Amino acid sequence: MSERFAYLDDTPTVNKLVQFSSGTQTNVTFSLPQMHCSSCVFLLENLHRIEPGVTKSQVNFQRKEVFIIFNPITISLRKVVELLAFIGYEPDISLKDSTQKKAVTYNKKQIYHIGIAGFCFANIMMLSFPEYFSSGNIEQAGLKATFTWLNLFLSLPVLLFSASSIFISAWKGLRQKFLNIDAPIALAIIVTFSRSYYEIITGHGAGYLDSGTGIVFFMLVGRWFQNKTYDSFAFDRDYKSYFPLGVTVIQNNTEKNIPVTQLKKDDRIIIRNGEMIPADAMLLTGNASVDYSFVSGESSPIQKYMGELIYAGGKQCGAAIELQIINEVSQSYITQLWNNDIFKHKKNKEQSFIHPWSRYFTLALFSVAIITAIYWSIADTSKLLPAVTAVLIVACPCSLLLSATFTYGNMLRIFGKHKLFLKNAAVIESMAKADTLIFDKTGTLTQNHASALQYNGTPLSKKELATVQALTRQSAHPLSKIITDNLGNVNDGQLLTVNGFKEFAGKGIEAVVNDMPVKIGSAAFVDELYNTDNYESGSQIHVQFNKVHMGAFTISNQYRSGIKQAVTELQQKGYELHLLSGDNDTEKNTLTKLFGKDADIRFNQSPQNKLDTVQQLQSLHKNVLMFGDGLNDAGALMQSNTGIAVSDSTTQFSPACDAIIDGSKVGLAPRFLAYARAGKKIVAASFILSIIYNFVGLSFAVQGTLAPIVAAILMPASSISIVLLVTLLSSLVAKKIGLK
Amino acid sequence: MSALFVLIGISIVVAGSFLAAFLWSVNKGQFEDDYTPSVRMLFDDELKEAAATETPIKK
Repeated sequence: MSERFAYLDDTPTVNKLVQFSSGTQTNVTFSLPQMHCSSCVFLLENLHRIEPGVTKSQVNFQRKEVFIIFNPITISLRKVVELLAFIGYEPDISLKDSTQKKAVTYNKKQIYHIGIAGFCFANIMMLSFPEYFSSGNIEQAGLKATFTWLNLFLSLPVLLFSASSIFISAWKGLRQKFLNIDAPIALAIIVTFSRSYYEIITGHGAGYLDSGTGIVFFMLVGRWFQNKTYDSFAFDRDYKSYFPLGVTVIQNNTEKNIPVTQLKKDDRIIIRNGEMIPADAMLLTGNASVDYSFVSGESSPIQKYMGELIYAGGKQCGAAIELQIINEVSQSYITQLWNNDIFKHKKNKEQSFIHPWSRYFTLALFSVAIITAIYWSIADTSKLLPAVTAVLIVACPCSLLLSATFTYGNMLRIFGKHKLFLKNAAVIESMAKADTLIFDKTGTLTQNHASALQYNGTPLSKKELATVQALTRQSAHPLSKIITDNLGNVNDGQLLTVNGFKEFAGKGIEAVVNDMPVKIGSAAFVDELYNTDNYESGSQIHVQFNKVHMGAFTISNQYRSGIKQAVTELQQKGYELHLLSGDNDTEKNTLTKLFGKDADIRFNQSPQNKLDTVQQLQSLHKNVLMFGDGLNDAGALMQSNTGIAVSDSTTQFSPACDAIIDGSKVGLAPRFLAYARAGKKIVAASFILSIIYNFVGLSFAVQGTLAPIVAAILMPASSISIVLLVTLLSSLVAKKIGLK
Repeated sequence: MSALFVLIGISIVVAGSFLAAFLWSVNKGQFEDDYTPSVRMLFDDELKEAAATETPIKK
């Protein structure tokens, strides 16, 4: 603990982390994933009482962040971080914080746009009422002019300010020679506003400003509704988010802290308890017990001995070790993955099926407009312009777009309620398209921190089990912890004295419990006459009482609940299932039972193997959806059409992905996929409804008889009814599928 | 009927002041975190006084 944050004394590192610094005041924001209740807020906002050097601390609970102002003269940044770690909120400081400032997800500009559009729309609507009720014949001429001119002024901020994002997006699309869905909407807005301004200025009529501002307002609300995502989740983490900022190196027999990016080959570094090994290195001194749960999802530490190679990404559990760097950070085994091309180019996002639809819509619309123009140019030229502009005004595809945004927005919320957090709405469509599913084993199908304990050998009485527990309780080794936890409350109030406790790293533990010598550990440790033939392989923990071998505990992976059913259900639905495990094949029998004999189950897969498998499947035109957890799945998750990261606590790190799912909900996968497919159908159905509305409007428009009142009623009525319908429908379907 | 002109003027002003209040609150960041303030108000009063003496933070 004492030296863990030593890198925070390094001035360049500090400067990268702080947001603002003057002589007496430094501002810094930390991400504290441990924050979970109102007491946390209380404690963290009272830091100045614990440490007078802190001037102010302010919590943003939803983002799980704390903003701290402190006086750098009385307290250093390192001390502040140590204080936070001491009270149980270790800040999540990683390499990424220094390389890239966090983007503010909260989009104020969008809120301003909506607020102003809403205000103008409502007022224009109100001022248009007299026009509707008098069917265009307001007796007092002055009053009518006042209303229409007020409308004109009120509509200006909507056209010039609120609608700007729609115009910009349409323009960007056109410049890339791509007709996106914003193009017809931008056109409809321009036509609506210019015809209305023409009518008002020439005194011909009242225009369609109520419909025009309404379009803008509903569009903006729909977009906001859909894009409201999860602030406290990060979907774009790479190894930089996992890796520490600084590391202690030994140069000329003195310890020095340097940023990890400056680590070079042959540097000698010190890694203390709980620290991460930032680059592939060779163990020089000390006993290494490396926890690779970040990398593989496997939480039992692996023992390493002097001279052995230790791969980057593991965490040291135990005393400090000294290492010699073999590969630089970016060239290490696990980080090499990120040199792959897929991490350099952003995934080519597949276009939503709404876009081709909107293109057909636009084409159809233009055909209708041209036919109308031809007809009226022959029949009655005075009606030519009104009819054509009316066609373009009324047939705005906004109800089309609204149906998609509101359906997906509501679905995102329902997924979120079941702890499947999607990055954005496009993920729903890619989930609906998936036909091939890949699972990782450790941490994805199995539970990270729950293991089943089995005992074989001479039966142990309750008191003897309590003796075992009394001993394992003394040790912090993960295997001891598993035994302690699994035995639960075997010791009901008995007093067991433990004397002479000794822990032999990598071997086992021994002590005298109630005057009886007890040894627990590996076979070689417990039984001096160790003979490999007598024991099964695998991770077994042997127990010896009074120098008599009693038996052994076997720890096996515990599969998450509902996995068996989920797999069967998915296979019935015709999904192609694959399992890629980085582990050895000890669990082969269990997995074959789970997935069936014919399933593709592969063991000993390296991160690169996993990535290649995904690519291979994609080259066979499969649409791949992958469930994975550790860093070793990061490449494959990125390459998959849909990558879903499994996390046991949503505050935990997760690799770059399209969605994050809570570990306990993996069993719901078939329902999630079914719902995603249903969502697409809901959108299609509501499209049909919106096309019916468009037909009604067009039938007025082509005749050149579209009164402002018809437009003003049809437009909000169609929008609101579609929004209600899709929200209701998507909630109902969720209930039917079993996602309440 | 001329009373209508006055009333319309008043209604626009009233509605405009609500819009101004909304924009001001967005600018002040009142919608950035809709959970923490609800907890913060339950803390003891003396802390509030201590906090009030600090200068407001500009991000």
